[in-house]
Amino acid sequence: MSAPALESLASAHQKSSRQRRLVSVLLLLPLLIYTAVFFVLPIGMMLYRAISNPELVQAFPRAVQALEQQTRSDSSNLPGDAVFEAVEQDFMHVENLGVIGEAARRMNYENSGYRFLITATARRYQWPANQQPVSGESPRARLTAIDPRWSTPELWEAFERASPAYTSYYLLTALDLERTTQGIQRVAPDKRVYLDLTFKTLKIAFVVSVLCLLLGFPFAVLLVKASRPFQMLLILAVMLPFWTSLLARTTAWIVVLQEKGIVNTLLLKLGLIDQPLPMIFDALGVYIVMVHILLPFTVLPLYSVMKGIPAHYMRASGSLGAHPVRGFLHVYLPMTLTGVGSGTLLTFIVAAGYYVTPTLVGSAREQMLGYFIAFYTNTTVNWGMASALGLVLILCVMAIYLVAARLVGIRQIAGLK
Amino acid sequence: MSSIFRRTALVCSICATTLLASHAVQARDLTAVGFGGATQEAFDKAYFKPYAAHSGKPVVQDTYDGGIAKQKAMVQAGNPTWDVVQMDENEMALACEQGLLEPLNHSKLSNAADIPADKFAPCGVGAIVWSEVMTYDNKKFASDGPKTWADFWNVKKWPGKRGLRKQARMTLEIALMADGVKPADVYTVLATKAGQDRAFAKLDEIKPYIQWWETGAQPLEWLSSGSVAVTAAYNGRIAIANQQGGHFPLIWNQQLYSMDYWTIIKGTPNLADSYALLDYMVSPKAQTAFAQAIPYGIVNAKAQAALDKQTLSNLPTAPANLENALLLDTPFWVNYEEDLMARFTNWAAK
Repeated sequence: MSAPALESLASAHQKSSRQRRLVSVLLLLPLLIYTAVFFVLPIGMMLYRAISNPELVQAFPRAVQALEQQTRSDSSNLPGDAVFEAVEQDFMHVENLGVIGEAARRMNYENSGYRFLITATARRYQWPANQQPVSGESPRARLTAIDPRWSTPELWEAFERASPAYTSYYLLTALDLERTTQGIQRVAPDKRVYLDLTFKTLKIAFVVSVLCLLLGFPFAVLLVKASRPFQMLLILAVMLPFWTSLLARTTAWIVVLQEKGIVNTLLLKLGLIDQPLPMIFDALGVYIVMVHILLPFTVLPLYSVMKGIPAHYMRASGSLGAHPVRGFLHVYLPMTLTGVGSGTLLTFIVAAGYYVTPTLVGSAREQMLGYFIAFYTNTTVNWGMASALGLVLILCVMAIYLVAARLVGIRQIAGLK
Repeated sequence: MSSIFRRTALVCSICATTLLASHAVQARDLTAVGFGGATQEAFDKAYFKPYAAHSGKPVVQDTYDGGIAKQKAMVQAGNPTWDVVQMDENEMALACEQGLLEPLNHSKLSNAADIPADKFAPCGVGAIVWSEVMTYDNKKFASDGPKTWADFWNVKKWPGKRGLRKQARMTLEIALMADGVKPADVYTVLATKAGQDRAFAKLDEIKPYIQWWETGAQPLEWLSSGSVAVTAAYNGRIAIANQQGGHFPLIWNQQLYSMDYWTIIKGTPNLADSYALLDYMVSPKAQTAFAQAIPYGIVNAKAQAALDKQTLSNLPTAPANLENALLLDTPFWVNYEEDLMARFTNWAAK
């Protein structure tokens, strides 16, 4: 073929492959948009809350600006009159109650009691008809007359700490650190809880994944080799937890494992024990129930990989003189590694996020990170803290995923060889 | 040709019906929300069903476990799906402060004259006066059961697990009372760091024995199944459990009591109906029916005066039961809740 003919063939080939790529991207576009809008965006907004600190900026715009602009010339460590004036202006121009309420909540994180300070002051400025008129010659005098804490340096230090639009407060607290005058330091020992909690969560998830693997691997092998009717029975045994409601399963376990429950009554009647065993509302109960619930996540990927392994490999290794155990270790196991990796990783990631089950069947010591995230979201409505803990969990799980991916081979996990 | 016409007609009628149906769904039914369990059943019997029959409009029920997160999310999104909500006093104060609740207009309640002024709040009207008391299984500790919170701590004489609410509010007060603080002094002590440390140190004494409960139904379930020996629980739930064959005495000594409020979510489309439901719920007839269904204190003075001696003696507000009782301090908890709750949750997790 001549050179120009070759070139036109090459460009035609490139054009058609570009077209094919374009078509595949267009086919994927709905999925990409869906993932972006309903997955990436909400999670991004939640993570943004971990560093966003808008409460004081929204409620006290003038005061925050005045604090930024002033220089500390006063030796008493209190801000100048311009700041007090600005604070008063902010109180007199409150848009809606919610904004002041939020600022009060944020200030309360710095020191209990500041919530009442903010709301009481706001009430005095907003509803003068119900209260005594605010007396005093200057804004400073008036504010101090309402509550003497307005003239304490501690309040203004707290105000300055809480005012920047973006803060590291939540992230630092999630790592048991705090910002003091000497820089970033670990918090007092009795407040150190989140790092321990994170390790405990990852530990429980890891133990559950390993137990699921130890139980699930032989089960998956059996599933592959079983005869048709028995195979159906085994699949049912694995899938039934999937099809039952979470609460029904958990409550059933409580009934089975509790002090006067089925297992204890049986063992007592058989005379094997004389005191009921504590099997629920402690760590053992958490492991038992979580393994039961998460076993399908390990078994099914393993099964799908093992189904594709031809039976004659093991027979061939036997015929070449290998002991069955050696054959298993050197021939069978490496071929199932993809399934092991994906099944264990899936189980681990799901287990790390669980909190309903450990709360129902465990003691307070088995609480996992998810419980605290739910606690901060629902009970104290501290979404900054919830987001910070969520970010810590996401980063830990991603880090573990990347390490596992390197060990097992990320392409292998995705099933690509 | 006629088959195409028929098909088009069918499609058009389906579209029309769906549009009409969706329009009907948009006008939401009145939704009343409580804490669930036996109390909610009593609400249903005394309030929601009779009101629905009386007004001809259905009342949809929902339950929740407390907190103000759902209300906050609803109001911020501008689409409240709840109307009338039962709330704890301190949570109502917080929600009111943050503008999540409708300020209550007394003039809209025709029965307002029968209700004492202290049962009204800026954002709510009193719903029930409830009490947390100590209880145990009578069959286990037949004659000589624990009588005070200090006895609750005595795991030698009364062995077994202890049930306490997984919340700083009420549990810290119980710890201080067990340590010998008089009810009148509890909050002064608890407001200081030393007092808080004292409460946590006292709880540390029985920490291995404590089984934490989060919903009102759990302590009674655990008592019945034998998981716990002595527990704190709500008096109404205990009374219902006894009606169903239980044998759990109520120790009124050192009880902790407080009032829950009915509130209206801000911006609800069913405002008039919400007020109508509130009005019905504080009417003498409904209040009497409720007091007879479950022994929680009611707010209508007329209805209270008309109750028989037996029912009255079971209420938290009966004079005999109020001796040595602790009224939960709302302003204290509004200020200290976050701090103490965070400390408590961290402490429980260790």
